[in-house]
Amino acid sequence: MPRSTFLVAGLALAAAHLAFAQSERMNLPKIVEAGSGFSIQSSGSGKATLYLIGPGRVLKQDLQLGDTASFSSLYHAGHYLAVLVSQSFTASDSFDVVPAGKPATLSFLAKPSRLPVGLHDAITGAVYVFDAYHNLITAPTQVAFELSNPSGGTQQRSVTARDGSAWTAMDSTAQQGADKFAARVGNITSTRVVAQVPGDPCGLKMNVHPVGEKLQLTTDPVRDCNGNAISDGTVVTFTERYGGAQSTVDAPLKRGIAEATMQVHPGATLSVASGVVMGNQIGWAK
Amino acid sequence: MRKGTLLAAGLAGATVAFVAIGTVWPGPSAVAYAGGGNLLRSSSTPEEAVANLGDEIRGQDWGKAYASFANRAEFTQSEFVHDLTGYYPNLLTYTTLDKFEVRPLHASANDAELELKLHWATVVGSAVSTRDVHVVRNGDHWEPDWPIVKQAAVPPQVIPVNYLRWDVIYRGPGDDWGAQDVDAPHVRIVDMHPLERAEGVVLVGELLNEDVVPAFVSVNGTLISKSQVPIATEGSFDKISHLLLPKQVTPFLIMFPNVTLSQVGSIRMTPQSALVSASADPVIEIADEQLHPAPDAALTGQLINQSGQIVNVAHVLGTFYDKSGQVVWVADQYVDHALLPQSPVPFSIHIPQDLAKNVSTQRSVVATYSSGGLQ
Repeated sequence: MPRSTFLVAGLALAAAHLAFAQSERMNLPKIVEAGSGFSIQSSGSGKATLYLIGPGRVLKQDLQLGDTASFSSLYHAGHYLAVLVSQSFTASDSFDVVPAGKPATLSFLAKPSRLPVGLHDAITGAVYVFDAYHNLITAPTQVAFELSNPSGGTQQRSVTARDGSAWTAMDSTAQQGADKFAARVGNITSTRVVAQVPGDPCGLKMNVHPVGEKLQLTTDPVRDCNGNAISDGTVVTFTERYGGAQSTVDAPLKRGIAEATMQVHPGATLSVASGVVMGNQIGWAK
Repeated sequence: MRKGTLLAAGLAGATVAFVAIGTVWPGPSAVAYAGGGNLLRSSSTPEEAVANLGDEIRGQDWGKAYASFANRAEFTQSEFVHDLTGYYPNLLTYTTLDKFEVRPLHASANDAELELKLHWATVVGSAVSTRDVHVVRNGDHWEPDWPIVKQAAVPPQVIPVNYLRWDVIYRGPGDDWGAQDVDAPHVRIVDMHPLERAEGVVLVGELLNEDVVPAFVSVNGTLISKSQVPIATEGSFDKISHLLLPKQVTPFLIMFPNVTLSQVGSIRMTPQSALVSASADPVIEIADEQLHPAPDAALTGQLINQSGQIVNVAHVLGTFYDKSGQVVWVADQYVDHALLPQSPVPFSIHIPQDLAKNVSTQRSVVATYSSGGLQ
């Protein structure tokens, strides 16, 4: 283990015991904003060393007692301990580095990435607000959420971030499409895409036409109950029942319709379904 | 310590002795498989003629098998080999004959009819094919007539396919940690039913992909005792169609050997799904499905490939329901022939006899595998 680590740990322990009785040896700000310069004024005479111990780092500066030690900036927010060590005394004091007031980045978590249309409070978004140095800004901050669909409709919420985070829930709209879900703080915006997809087929209907010695089964354009076209690739099952036997075809929707070819069986009953949704039935008497 | 050394020395000595005996006095089958002779008997009876044929097929001695046929003028050796192993890559292409059975059907002085049942060792288990072989007397020996089945050839052509496929872009290293990945497909178990069988507890049910994207699915089940202690966890393995297109339903069957239903207090089901790239083709028609009652209860039908892509292996899963619509059994069969466009291939799924009487309706799905994977 490096010798400096022991030194720092020892200084920290010693400082805790020396307490504030000797803090008059230093004059330092109680609060420093991350990224801002600051200085620490010492008093007395002789040489000394100033240590700043904070989250994840330690700074060391030699100085002449009575001089001012200047620091260009500290970037990591947190509680810092300043320890001044000379041959005749050790003094300590503490101060806080707080996040810069201006938000610089947002971490935006939006769930889910894909959901059916027409669901209440089904889309959630959570935002964490950070400054330019990746410190979580814990001060109350106004966050604007906006969910906009391709047809121009929007849902908006304004939420005050508490302890660095804000969240909201939105409804999925009746229209399918790739919605943009944005979170904004000041002029900082983070955007996610939430795909709103059709629900179950509604009013599934097929038509049957003889083609030579076979039957051509074709659905009408398949839509959900909100009128959205069901996604291509969705499987539609055609079934033909005749004389104790049956034939089935699982056909995917292509360009909004599904089609299949089946043998003609006089007296057959033809039906169509998709998932757990049943469509119409047709009796084929010819 | 001394006993262990003695045992090891004894085993080593016995091994050396057996190797020496096997080398000096090898069995006839060992000689045959080492290429130093053959297993063939004289074909002085119809049974011996067909048994010789079986041995030649097992040894993949196609030339000798072809030379033994009385009707070899009707087809070439290549056609015979393809009749057994297929013209296109399929389940039997890389298999060997594990064993065969010969059963006489009828015989006269100059000809006989025998059933040759071939048990192929495939990657998905044993596949059985049966041929009725006509055998004719030729002088002092018998020769089989091979019942050649010439597969309908598909004429060379171009079949336009309106392709539909899904590709997936997952989150990458350039995305910030808050960027959401694409969600796994939403799947739902729409039916599940435990059964008590002689071999253990069986869970049968159906799984629906209720999403708009394809899903690779599997189902795990955990049996929990009445004292809330897990008894066993098993998966559906290949008793499921793993690739589900949107709104597609697959049956599943999970076997728990050596467990009785009386031990089970509750069941925890875990459906799993992953988003995968997939193609909506090929489309397979399942035609002329018929339920045959016991004995030999089975679901038979034909698979017709309605697309242009050749399907190398097809896996048919049958779901059997009782009168109330509840799943009573799930069974499957791998079809050992490639599916060519518009060429029907039969299948037959065995149904346990004791359950067959409860089966009122059925539903089948086909999982397909094409060489080159999903394209």
